[in-house]
Amino acid sequence: MSAARQDAAAATPAMRVETPLARFWSEFAESRLALFGLALLTLVALIALLAPLIAPQNPYDLNQLDIMDARLAPGEVSGDGRITYWLGTDGQGRDMLSAMMYGLRISLSVGALSAIFAMALGTIVGLVAAWLGGRWEAVIMRIVDIQLGFPAILVALILLSVLGQGVDKVLIALVIVQWAYFARTARGSALVERRREYIEAASCLDLSGPRIVLRHLLPNCLPPLIVIATIQVAEAIALEATLSFLGLGVPVTEPSLGMLIANGFNFLLSGYYWISVFPGLLLAVAIVAINLVGDQLRDVLNPRLRK
Amino acid sequence: MSETPTLEVRNLQTHFFTREGVLKAVDDVSFTVRAGEIMGLVGESGSGKTVTGFSVLGLVDPPGRIVGGSILFKGEDLAHAGEERLRALRGSRIAMIFQDPMMTLNPVLRVDTQMTEAILAHEQVSERAARARAAAALAMVGIASPEERLLAYPHQFSGGMRQRVAIAIAMLHRPDLIIADEPTTALDVTIQGQILYEVQKLCRETGTALVWVTHDLTVVAGLADTVSVMYAGKIVEQGRVDDVLDRPLHPYTNGLLGSVPSRNRRGQKLRQIPGMTPSLLRLPQGCAFRSRCPRADQACTEMPALAELAPGHLARCVHPHLETAGA
Amino acid sequence: MLVFIIRRLLQSLLALAVMSLLVFVGVYLIGDPVAILASPDATEVDREQIARALGLDRPLWEQYAVFVGEALRGNFGKSFVFGQPAMGLIFERMGATVELALVATVVSILVGLPLGIYAGLRPDGIAGRSIMAGSILGFSLPTFWVGLMLIMIFAVQLGLLPASGRGQVGSFLGLHSSLFTLNGIVHLILPATTLALVRAATTIRLARAGVREVLHMDYVKFARAKGLPERRVIGVHVLKNIMIPIVTVTGLEIGSVIAFAVVTETIYAWPGMGKLLIDSIVNLDRPVVVAYLIVVLFILVMLNLIVDILYSVLDPRVRLGEQKG
Repeated sequence: MSAARQDAAAATPAMRVETPLARFWSEFAESRLALFGLALLTLVALIALLAPLIAPQNPYDLNQLDIMDARLAPGEVSGDGRITYWLGTDGQGRDMLSAMMYGLRISLSVGALSAIFAMALGTIVGLVAAWLGGRWEAVIMRIVDIQLGFPAILVALILLSVLGQGVDKVLIALVIVQWAYFARTARGSALVERRREYIEAASCLDLSGPRIVLRHLLPNCLPPLIVIATIQVAEAIALEATLSFLGLGVPVTEPSLGMLIANGFNFLLSGYYWISVFPGLLLAVAIVAINLVGDQLRDVLNPRLRK
Repeated sequence: MSETPTLEVRNLQTHFFTREGVLKAVDDVSFTVRAGEIMGLVGESGSGKTVTGFSVLGLVDPPGRIVGGSILFKGEDLAHAGEERLRALRGSRIAMIFQDPMMTLNPVLRVDTQMTEAILAHEQVSERAARARAAAALAMVGIASPEERLLAYPHQFSGGMRQRVAIAIAMLHRPDLIIADEPTTALDVTIQGQILYEVQKLCRETGTALVWVTHDLTVVAGLADTVSVMYAGKIVEQGRVDDVLDRPLHPYTNGLLGSVPSRNRRGQKLRQIPGMTPSLLRLPQGCAFRSRCPRADQACTEMPALAELAPGHLARCVHPHLETAGA
Repeated sequence: MLVFIIRRLLQSLLALAVMSLLVFVGVYLIGDPVAILASPDATEVDREQIARALGLDRPLWEQYAVFVGEALRGNFGKSFVFGQPAMGLIFERMGATVELALVATVVSILVGLPLGIYAGLRPDGIAGRSIMAGSILGFSLPTFWVGLMLIMIFAVQLGLLPASGRGQVGSFLGLHSSLFTLNGIVHLILPATTLALVRAATTIRLARAGVREVLHMDYVKFARAKGLPERRVIGVHVLKNIMIPIVTVTGLEIGSVIAFAVVTETIYAWPGMGKLLIDSIVNLDRPVVVAYLIVVLFILVMLNLIVDILYSVLDPRVRLGEQKG
């Protein structure tokens, strides 16, 4: 007996005590690809954030542009010798590198904001549906189903043709396209969590409905919602770029990456590849980085996949 | 006996190489099963009994691997046999029956497909001949109107019926050895009895050797000739079924027997083994059972050897229950 | 089975009716077509004339009533721009779009399924990891940019493949398709590849996840224990199980492939109905937009029905309304 007790005592320090966050991080860091994605994402986000400070030129300031510098190849120097266009210039003599940094700002913020708004809206709707149950739930989920059954790009196209152009309009369209994903996920996990004992216990304590939903239900539904949100940010960036490419997204005056690519499309066939290729590469890098992170988040946060 | 045993496992070691470390699921396991003989392989979940069974068929999933010992099937070492040779033996000479009949049949394939493919994998016969044999096998395990049932999908059968189908598949080629991994655990008691009876009958009639993996000592009592008790990857007790069940030497076997409810000891308090099966990654030094053992002391920190303490009766213990063994 | 199909058809008709209302009201809100159609120096009287001719002076509910009445007779109005029946315009171009979407879907399965199965069998190998990394790229890269890059490489730099148009259309057994002429196939390669990329990436992931899940199932181990050759274990036991989600998802996603053809058709000047949609949106040609959406809705509803039926064929556990024999 004494030997057994000694053993138990000896075993305790060997077992590491991990906080949930540390455990989450160590599981996330298991994939080198995901770490790479995270590093990439941080870099891209920093560039977008610091664009006004680090960009060689303000691409929106028409006074800084010189039409004589139009369509210069990467590495060429401006006519007045003041700046080197490392990634070339576009049809108006705009420095591509600067335009891309500013474009990235717009693309990322549109993607992130639309995902956040959609998450807020969708989560509220989903939780309310799960909480109310019955006919209301059926009606709400029916709407969600119809919305999800319809291809996102078509919904966005029609909405934008109704709303007109503008960053705010794009945001509204993206939120309307995306909220249903969050609503479905929120309701799904809320239904699972609702059956758990701690919710029953909270109900027995006679806590108010909203309080139970917000303080108890919501935190436990968050992990899958975060995963969806990450993926939807990538999706929104791609969708915004596509819409801008089709001429229905952000206005020409403040071009996102998608708009830059669209502008370059006409020059592509004449061999001015850089106007389209570089913004596209940056867009691809941003989306891939987000998806790499999102992929690993899904593996780590989804308890269903855990063995 | 001069005759070569059907199965002779010698010092088998099957380890799992996981990120957390090497898991010794099967560590130095030896036993022998002769033709027509039934051996009960007893242990709790996680004791390595199932992995032992899969090792014999060469079906250990990665990151698991046989790292030592030999598995002599009628004298041929399977531990070092090639995949093609193992495949040829699997299903034809060595068959396996799984624990959960609801999971062993493929849900999207009809029963006839799953039975005839098992025949055609080993024999060059016509599709029709294979069907006829499949129907005959179903009839043999007590399934009525087999021709009709062949056209059904697994979900149209009950659990007991599915297990009968699985047993029929195992018996298709009249194998020399069957490894049955808790095949009756998931079934109702009445069905369990029927299946036990039928399997026993089939083995006696055909001379098939049977390894019956189970955690249930009462099943072993009624069925097996010999028994091997496993704990944490090692055999802790081995012998003829009467010797082991009537006069257990190892405190673990003793504890297992004490925790079986029995009609004869009605009203008495059930004993139980304290604690839980230790994780294979954090085994105590020496005897793995000592943290739960009422007899453990300092001497147990060194792993005892499996020793023959009574004729044909082996145990791995420093303080065996010799007083009850009457040795 | 028949009862099920009839019930589903009725449900689908109802969904179609509801959606058509949404579409009509939605499209009604798009800009003012008169402003585009009338010349800049048109007088107020001219404008009113145009509005009246197009039926735009009447209240919304009346326009909808007229629309429904006409739609039930197969008349979806005339294009403001072309002056031809809108549905006729859509049907003229539908063949090209459906062809593109189907070829892309088939290609995506032919490429995605084997790669996904391989990655599922060897998830830790270099090839398996590369396939997965590739699939992340596949669904991350925006379709239109991939299209541009393919044009740049294969059309501009290498000059191997044509960058625009549908090429020659052949006909065989009454079917018209570019698949029947070499020139048509050459024109189809780039657009179909572009459109197939995202689907292929999704198929890879579905197949890989399916294989990894199914491989751990007892029935796969039992199949091996029966001594079946690995070929049969993977090709029959595993494949038949993973095909259920793959067929379901692929079927449902054909609708979104057709929708995304809008982008592909714009890039490659493919004369399909997607290109027509974009032009009609820009020109505020309401009848054509409505006709397009009704057609896509109809396709989506039908796809749902077909997938449901296919699902029951693939998975014996879900036999729809089948009586016990």
